[in-house]
Amino acid sequence: MSSVWCLFSHPKDVGITSAMSRTTFFEVKILDAKTKEQLCFLDKVEPYSTTGDIKILFHKLYPQWYPARQALKLDPKEKSLRDDEVLQNLPVGTSATFYFRDLGPQFGWTMVFLAECVGALLTYLLFYFRVPYIYSHRFISTSSPHPVVTLACACHSFHYGKRLIETIFVHRFSHGTMPLRTIIRNCAYYWGFSAWLAYYINHPLYTPPSYGDLQVHYALVLFAMCEIGNFSIHLTLNNLKGDGSRGRRFPVPTKNPFTWLFYFVSCPNYTYEVGSWVSFSIMTQCLPVALYTSLGFLQMTIWAKGKHRAYSREFKDYPANRTAIIPLVL
Amino acid sequence: MSAAAPGTSKTGHSDVVQKKKKGPGALATAYLVIYNVVMTAGWLVIAVGLVRAYLARGSYHGLYYSIEKPLKFFQTGALLEILHCAVGIVPSSVVLTGFQVMSRVFLTWAVTHSVREVQSEDSVLLFVTAWTVTEIIRYSFYTFSLLNHLPYLIKWARYTFFFALYPMGVTGELLTIYAALPFVQKTGLYSITLPNKYNFSFDYYTFLILTMISYIPLFPQLYFHMIRQRKKVLGHVDDYSKVE
Repeated sequence: MSSVWCLFSHPKDVGITSAMSRTTFFEVKILDAKTKEQLCFLDKVEPYSTTGDIKILFHKLYPQWYPARQALKLDPKEKSLRDDEVLQNLPVGTSATFYFRDLGPQFGWTMVFLAECVGALLTYLLFYFRVPYIYSHRFISTSSPHPVVTLACACHSFHYGKRLIETIFVHRFSHGTMPLRTIIRNCAYYWGFSAWLAYYINHPLYTPPSYGDLQVHYALVLFAMCEIGNFSIHLTLNNLKGDGSRGRRFPVPTKNPFTWLFYFVSCPNYTYEVGSWVSFSIMTQCLPVALYTSLGFLQMTIWAKGKHRAYSREFKDYPANRTAIIPLVL
Repeated sequence: MSAAAPGTSKTGHSDVVQKKKKGPGALATAYLVIYNVVMTAGWLVIAVGLVRAYLARGSYHGLYYSIEKPLKFFQTGALLEILHCAVGIVPSSVVLTGFQVMSRVFLTWAVTHSVREVQSEDSVLLFVTAWTVTEIIRYSFYTFSLLNHLPYLIKWARYTFFFALYPMGVTGELLTIYAALPFVQKTGLYSITLPNKYNFSFDYYTFLILTMISYIPLFPQLYFHMIRQRKKVLGHVDDYSKVE
């Protein structure tokens, strides 16, 4: 409960603005949202500082609460303030009171995606190489006599390997972080299903597809096309974000034929993803894979519909013939 | 009679009367009243059936057979409650209601009906009795709430009897599932083994064990939720002399 002198010098301070800004400084009080105990008092805060700046100051006093973990709000029951909100634009007088909530350990989205993909990839391999204690003793470290099993392993590994590469080199995440609970839940989902699928595909009693090589080869072609398609869309979306954030535009088809799906759907990346998993189901003729595909399809449809609604609302000239995820129907 | 029926929530969640809440329309209210009356009557039939069979036989063993058909009919009928939530005439979560009803239906059909050998177990009587008393009180609670004339006794009973009925029901259910295990393992009931064309397997025996384990986190949550609801609904009894 001590008053803290906080001389906040902003790089933007230099120049004409410093003469004008000397007029009114803000006082900022930060209280705990639950106990209402005063955690910090900041004196002489520049009026055009943002929530993010205040979080940095708060972090200096409480090193364990880095800015990503902080949720600051004007009222304990309200939503958290965005990091780019400017202090003088908020409905407070020159003496502002914020309520603080600890969001718990936070992880960057890149970290999360990496954990999910690496886990899923390695888990599958454990089953492919028939590590001890999974199958019966006499099958330890043996390999399946069916070529489709090796092909399935290659495809599964390629899929998650591609996702890893994209996470590191392609995606640019707009949101900052994710709490620990969400990561545990997501990893459990990806690793768990990877294990469940891998168990059946690499099982000694695995039955290859009914239509043999024909089925496998067609499925492989479809799989490859969907993977390339998915990657093309990610590149396109990435280039979209690069063109200055204020001139927002919705994604459109480019010269790449795989992006022509944009003529029909808002989220072709999800369409291709579903396509990959459908082809993987056909390739392995494995019911658990089909079930996993259905779950993924359900989740991605929800996301696609949300995105589609957001696009339609934001852009008045948004193409009317586009559906969310499946051309013409969904 | 007013068309709006305040406080017509079907689970324990928001039983506190909220006059501003928009209730179901007149037609939906009439339908719900009929539904709840029919369910109350049905479970009363089961209750009477149990008592009569007990008096006739002189013992409480094997009473399941005397109420098997109405039990299956009325417990399965509760599936309609999921529809009520989905359509919106009852302001409860579809997922929560679905989960509750499906667990009852699962025990009725997938355990008690499917494994003939457990039907003579005493544990069956334990959970059937718990269900019967609970449902009679619950459905009459909803009936009276919809008609805006809820006797305090019913409200009190709903939020007090569960103290004994919940553990009683859970014990009966767990003992019944446990009794079914050896027969499921021996006959491979509802199980699929490898190899098969779709590369899938399911072991009902393991599934039942996992179900039993799931009671450990789930039951305390439900129990403490009811206790919290009780405080909210009955808690203000000290403030007023008359309720409603």
